[in-house]
Amino acid sequence: MATITGVIPRPTSYAGVWGWMTTVDHKRIAVLYGATAFVFLLIAGLEAGVLRMQLASADNDLIGPGRFNQMFTMHATVMIFMVIMPLSVSFFNFVIPLAIGARDVAFPRLNALSYWIFLFGALLMHMSFVVNEVPDAGWFSYANLTEKPFSINRGLDFWAIGLLVMGAASVAGALNFVVTIINMRAPGMTMMRMPVFVWMTLITSILLVLAFPVITVGLIELTMDRNFGTHFFIPSEGGDPILWQHLFWVFGHPEVYILILPAMGIVSEVLPTFSRKPLFGYPFIVFSGIVIGIMGWAVWSHHMFTVGLGPVANSVFTITTMLIAVPTGVKILNWIGTMWRGSIEFTTSMMFALGFVALFIVGGLSGVSHAISPSDFQQQDTYYIVAHIHYVLFGGSIMGAFAGIYYWYPKLTGRMLNETLGKLNFWLMFIGMNLTFFPMHFLGMNGMPRRIYTYTAEFGWENMNRLASLGYVVLFVAFVIFIVNLWQTRTSRRVSHDPWDAPGLEWSIASPPPAYNFAEIPTVEGLDQYWIAKQRAEAAGTPITEPEALVDPDTIHMPSPSYWPIFTAVGVALIGGGLLSHYAISFLGGAITMMGVIGWGNEPAAAPSDHH
Amino acid sequence: MAHAVEPEYTTTGLNHRKLLMWVFLGSDCLFFGALIATYMVYRGQSLVGPYPIDIINVPVTTISTFVLLMSSFAMVQALAATNADDKRGIVSWLLATAFLGAIFIGFQVVEFNAFKNEGLTLGGNLFGATFFTLTGFHGAHVTLGIIWLLAMAILAAKGRVGSKTALDVELVGLYWHFVDIVWIVIFTLLYLIGGFDTGPVALPGG
Repeated sequence: MATITGVIPRPTSYAGVWGWMTTVDHKRIAVLYGATAFVFLLIAGLEAGVLRMQLASADNDLIGPGRFNQMFTMHATVMIFMVIMPLSVSFFNFVIPLAIGARDVAFPRLNALSYWIFLFGALLMHMSFVVNEVPDAGWFSYANLTEKPFSINRGLDFWAIGLLVMGAASVAGALNFVVTIINMRAPGMTMMRMPVFVWMTLITSILLVLAFPVITVGLIELTMDRNFGTHFFIPSEGGDPILWQHLFWVFGHPEVYILILPAMGIVSEVLPTFSRKPLFGYPFIVFSGIVIGIMGWAVWSHHMFTVGLGPVANSVFTITTMLIAVPTGVKILNWIGTMWRGSIEFTTSMMFALGFVALFIVGGLSGVSHAISPSDFQQQDTYYIVAHIHYVLFGGSIMGAFAGIYYWYPKLTGRMLNETLGKLNFWLMFIGMNLTFFPMHFLGMNGMPRRIYTYTAEFGWENMNRLASLGYVVLFVAFVIFIVNLWQTRTSRRVSHDPWDAPGLEWSIASPPPAYNFAEIPTVEGLDQYWIAKQRAEAAGTPITEPEALVDPDTIHMPSPSYWPIFTAVGVALIGGGLLSHYAISFLGGAITMMGVIGWGNEPAAAPSDHH
Repeated sequence: MAHAVEPEYTTTGLNHRKLLMWVFLGSDCLFFGALIATYMVYRGQSLVGPYPIDIINVPVTTISTFVLLMSSFAMVQALAATNADDKRGIVSWLLATAFLGAIFIGFQVVEFNAFKNEGLTLGGNLFGATFFTLTGFHGAHVTLGIIWLLAMAILAAKGRVGSKTALDVELVGLYWHFVDIVWIVIFTLLYLIGGFDTGPVALPGG
């Protein structure tokens, strides 16, 4: 068999850098996603710092308008596509197989391929800095500003091709999680016994699978306009720039839920654990998640109220947008119900989850205020919108992600993040976040448009902007403390397998989990399976104090490492890279991709050492 | 370690790869949906010719459509032969499917050339842009399918395809039938309905 699988021998262990490059283990891929997302978080955070410094005083000329456009475009694009999304995927990777009692995802090599394509796509977009032709048309890059006469350099091509490549990675990853969750649940884990995080992952993945093709088409049409002479979005030739807005937001609004549902899933795990109570109204949380997933497709034009779609369209989308607040409100009610009369333990993770609930309510309410289209006419393109999006994405997604990091870090590493540093991290982040973004509501109501690089003093916007920039400094310190906290875990104390007395299956195995996860696939009797097992053991007088015993890994057949995923991903990235430079490179990329697919197809999922 | 290979356990009983293919096809529906939507939005919006009525040749494309539909028939036969472990049948029906697909692509190449000669280009008008983009991406799907079918035919000739691995053939079949169905929609909209469009027209709501 070895002769047909490739010239280079298949790796057999996970040692060294080569081990990371060829890994198909979902836990290691989770670390890769998480680390990459964190690096991009720092990059996009520094970009935000440049913006805040520029806006800190009136008539500032720290950076010119051109650079300013590049900074806000890349800040948003990176935060959305290279931070929040991969951070979510990192949680999917680490938690999902453990939470459903599986040994890996359904397609471990496809999983690795998704990561490498994502990484190369992100790097491809950042190549724009190397050639100093940085995307500068905003994260939704409205046509026809993005067309050749107005954006003459290749910045928008980097943007479009980078997103196309990353989109392929997202869809491949999401397909994998749909199949994993539907098909790899432990015996007894019916759909209504799945932890809420698993549910939200499933809904998010389905949204990804269905929404990304739409933006793919939009990006292809934009790329063709810019490079192949078509006029999809050029009005002088009959094209319609509004079509871009429709394509973008038909993708973009499900995308908003792609960004927030994972965080909702995380807090739905954290709140019950630290309230020592099962989740209140589990089916309501699940079904409101499903309703959000469906209704998320029917609200996109609320981003376009001022376009002039007419009173009928605006009314319809006002109504649907207000309706989608209902399932969200149901969830918030249930989270509060979960804590009601619970025995609440204020760990860092719990505080981030509480921060999520509080800040998401603020963001949700400002969202309802621009669901009303006449009111939105006052808010469109002002800092009020900037405030809203940061309350839902920073206050929501990032706070939720931090709740998840503090919650699952001991499981991932077997070591504890420091709680004192953690609480400092939380309070600085909570205060800094509000200091930065709350004043933006007032700025917006006072008429400050978003995306202006400076303003004169007589507008009276300077004080609020100073406050916002001061908030950035607090946030900066908060992230430094988080990095210190991560760093100190090299020597921090080891923890038991179940430090939180948590309900999920992932806490029943050792920390960090062995490569095979579960020596014996568990049987599930109900929601919160590990609480059920622990209570039963306690009642029988033999409380569970130890994780599932480790076994000889050779007795469990796991997928073997493979270099074909990274090989194929290089090919895919070169196809994109060629479109930005020389088409010959694209053909080379195509050939490499083809070779990768053939090599992959000829390689069995697990090395045939003992079976064949 | 000498235990037997266990059959793959799945919660639903559906094979992982089959489920993956179905979800992927769902994703592809939205891809073609968005392309078709672009075509429909720009129907009758071209400022200059050539317009569909000038160049669309319904009879010729009816023939190539028929060929593509027959390839789906051959695909069904290939799967039946696979389930019956009829090695010669597998190889010949797979090759027949790929061959009919190739004829369809041949028709498309000739059509694209003829349209180009009559002045329809990507940049000329919106009809050209939407027509070539939509049918071009469909043609790319068919081409990928042909490559996949040929690879399967080679494996089958080596004796590596049979009833035990029938899923391999079933998957390429799912993909192939899907691409066929998409063509039915495209043929209906671009040829049977839109093929007689003249110059700029005021459509309802447009």
